[in-house]
Amino acid sequence: MSLESKQENRIDRRFAQLRGEGRKALVTYIVAGDGGLENTVALMHQLVASGSDLIELGVPFSDPMAEGPVIQKGHERALENKASLRKCLELVKEFRNRDADTPVILMGYANPIVKMGLEAFADGLQEAGADGALTVDLPAEEAGPLNALLQARDLRNIFLLTPTSSDARIEQITRLASGFVYYVSLKGVTGAGHLDLDSVRENLGRIRRHTDLPVCVGFGIKDGASAKAVSAEGDGAVVGSVLVSAIGESVDGAAAKDRIGAMVGEMRAALDS
Amino acid sequence: MSKPNSPIDYGAYPDARGHFGEFGGRFVSETLISALDELQEMYQRLKTDPEFIAAFDYDLAHYVGRPSPLYLAERLTASAGGARIWLKREDLNHTGAHKVNNTVGQALLAKHSGKSRVIAETGAGQHGVATATVAARLGLKCAVYMGAEDVKRQSPNVYRMKLLGAEVIPVESGSKTLKDAMNEAMRDWVTNVDDTFYIIGTVAGPHPYPQLVRDFNSVIGREARRQSLEQFGQLPDALVACVGGGSNAIGLFHPFLADESVKMYGVEAGGEGIETGHHAAPLNVGVPGVLHGNRTYLMEDEDGQIIETHSVSAGLDYPGVGPEHAWLKDIGRVEYVAANDDEALAAFRQLTRTEGILPALESSHAVAYGLKLAATMSPEQNIVVNLSGRGDKDIFTVAAIDGIEV
Repeated sequence: MSLESKQENRIDRRFAQLRGEGRKALVTYIVAGDGGLENTVALMHQLVASGSDLIELGVPFSDPMAEGPVIQKGHERALENKASLRKCLELVKEFRNRDADTPVILMGYANPIVKMGLEAFADGLQEAGADGALTVDLPAEEAGPLNALLQARDLRNIFLLTPTSSDARIEQITRLASGFVYYVSLKGVTGAGHLDLDSVRENLGRIRRHTDLPVCVGFGIKDGASAKAVSAEGDGAVVGSVLVSAIGESVDGAAAKDRIGAMVGEMRAALDS
Repeated sequence: MSKPNSPIDYGAYPDARGHFGEFGGRFVSETLISALDELQEMYQRLKTDPEFIAAFDYDLAHYVGRPSPLYLAERLTASAGGARIWLKREDLNHTGAHKVNNTVGQALLAKHSGKSRVIAETGAGQHGVATATVAARLGLKCAVYMGAEDVKRQSPNVYRMKLLGAEVIPVESGSKTLKDAMNEAMRDWVTNVDDTFYIIGTVAGPHPYPQLVRDFNSVIGREARRQSLEQFGQLPDALVACVGGGSNAIGLFHPFLADESVKMYGVEAGGEGIETGHHAAPLNVGVPGVLHGNRTYLMEDEDGQIIETHSVSAGLDYPGVGPEHAWLKDIGRVEYVAANDDEALAAFRQLTRTEGILPALESSHAVAYGLKLAATMSPEQNIVVNLSGRGDKDIFTVAAIDGIEV
C-alpha cells in the first residue's frame, strides 16, 4: 500500500498499480439499495473480494433515460427501498470503514445532484471517501461547473465516449476527463446487443491518440469471455446489467452475494488468464 | 434583468448552446450528441432555405388547412361577462390539434435526413396521431411510445394511430404516462440512431428541439397577430393557452413577445388543486432541475426524484415544461397560472353548450382561465384563447366522470 500512496486519488493509484502488474481492470456496477439498503455495503465488499478493482455505485433515479430494462428495474427496486443520493453517500462512508483502498465512484443522473447542490455533492463525495463521479446526462458542454468543483477536491470526473463521438468530440471530452474514460461499446442502452470487437478496437485507437488516461469498455459485457475480449483492446472492462439482473433474481442478500461473487470471480479469472 | 430602454431580443434565444437564460441546454448521454449536432446543423441550414420554407408553408395551407380561424365566441363572451373572447381554432387543423404544425415541419426534416423511420412519444395521443399521419403521407415507418395508463385513457387515438399504420408501444415503466413514454422514445433513438428520426412533440427535450418545435408552431401566433389587427383593429390585450410541455402556448406567445402591451397567461393543470399536491403545475410550484435533456422547472421530491403528476387531461400530465417557458416565467414576461380538473370540465361543458365547439380537455384549461380573466376585464378588451385541440377524443373520459357508459 505504502508504495502507491504517493498518488492521492484511489482511481489513479489503482490504475497505476494495474499497469505496473500488466493486469486489466475489472469495474463493477450495482445500484445502491437494490437488494435492500442494508445489503449494499456487503455486496460491495463481495465485489472486491471476488476481484473487482473499482466499484461504480449506481445512484437510483426515477427516469434513468440511458438504461435498458434490467438496470431500470434495479433503479425502481432501489427507489422502493428508499435509496437516494444522500443514502448512497452514507453507504460509501460505511464501505470505507472496512476498505480504504478500492476506488468507488457514484454513477447516476444530473437531477438528484442539482437538487442536492453541486457543491454539497462534491463535498459529500469527499467526506464519504468516494473518488469520483460519472453523471450520464451531464455531457462535456454542461459539465463545466461540476468538473471544477470535483477537481478542486482531487476527485475524478469520468466521462463516456461512444462509437458516435467524433474526433473533435473526443478531444473536447478527454480534456475534461480524469481518472479513466468509459468507452460505451455500442449504440444503445445498457444491457443491449452484442459486442463488435472490430469497432471497439478502431475506436479505442482513435481515443488513444487523444489521451493517456486508462480506457475501460462497457455495455454488452456478460461474462468472462466478453470481459477478456474487450479488455484485450482497452485497460479494463465494465460490467453492470448481468450483476443487477442477478441481484434482482436473488431471494435475499446472502443469495445475491453468492451469485455476484461467483460471476465476478469468473470474470476476474478470465481477465487474469 | 432587462433595463427599461434595452428591450430583450426574444429572437436571439436560445443561444448557440440551446440556453434560454439558465434553462434549456443539452443534458443527454454522449451517444445522442452527434445525432443532435447533425439535427441542429441541418435545421440551421434549412430554416432560412426558401425551398424548405415554401414546402412547409405549402403543407400548412393544403394539408393542415391553415390559416385556422380566429373566432369571436359571442355567447361564451356573454356568459363570462367581460372582455371579448376570441378562439384561435387550432382544433380545426387536420388531425384536430396544433400538434400537426410541428410534425409536418419535422417530417420535412426527417425526409431531408434520409432516415427511413420516425418515432414519437405521446400523452393524449394527439402528437402520436399527428406523427403517424405525416409518416403515412411520406411512407415512413413509425413507432409511437405511449404510457400504458394513457393507452387506456385515450383508446380512440390509439386506434387512429394503428389505422394510420403506426406501431403503438405501451410503456409500462415508471408512472406509465408521458414522461415515461419520452424516456422510452429516447432509448429507442439511442439504439436506432442511424436510421431513425425522433419527432419530439413538445418544446422540451435537448437542444435544438425546444427551438424547432417552437418555430414550427409559431405559425399560430403569426396568424393570430395578423388576424387580430384585421378583425378588431388592434393587438389583443391578453393571450391565454394551456401548458403541459408548452408547444401550443409558445406557438401563440412567441410572435407577440416583443409586444409589451399584450399580457400572456400560461395555464397549467391544477389537477385536484395545487394545495393537494395532485397536479401537473411545475411552473406554479416546481423548482429548476434537469429532465429529458434540458434544465427547466420540475415536479420532484426532496431527493430530486421526479414525482407522479395528476391531470384529467393526458396531454398536460407531464412533470416538466419547455425551458423557454421556465425562462419567460423568471423574467416575468408570461404569468403562469393553473386551472383545476373541475374548472376545466366546467369550461368544457360551457364552451360546448354556448358555442357548439367541443374542446380538448387540455384546451379546456385555457378556456377556464380565459373565462375567469374575461370577467375581470372590460367589454372593449380582447382576449385570444388558444383552442389547441378538439375534444372528440375526450368524450369517453367525460362520460366516465358523468357515470355514463358510451
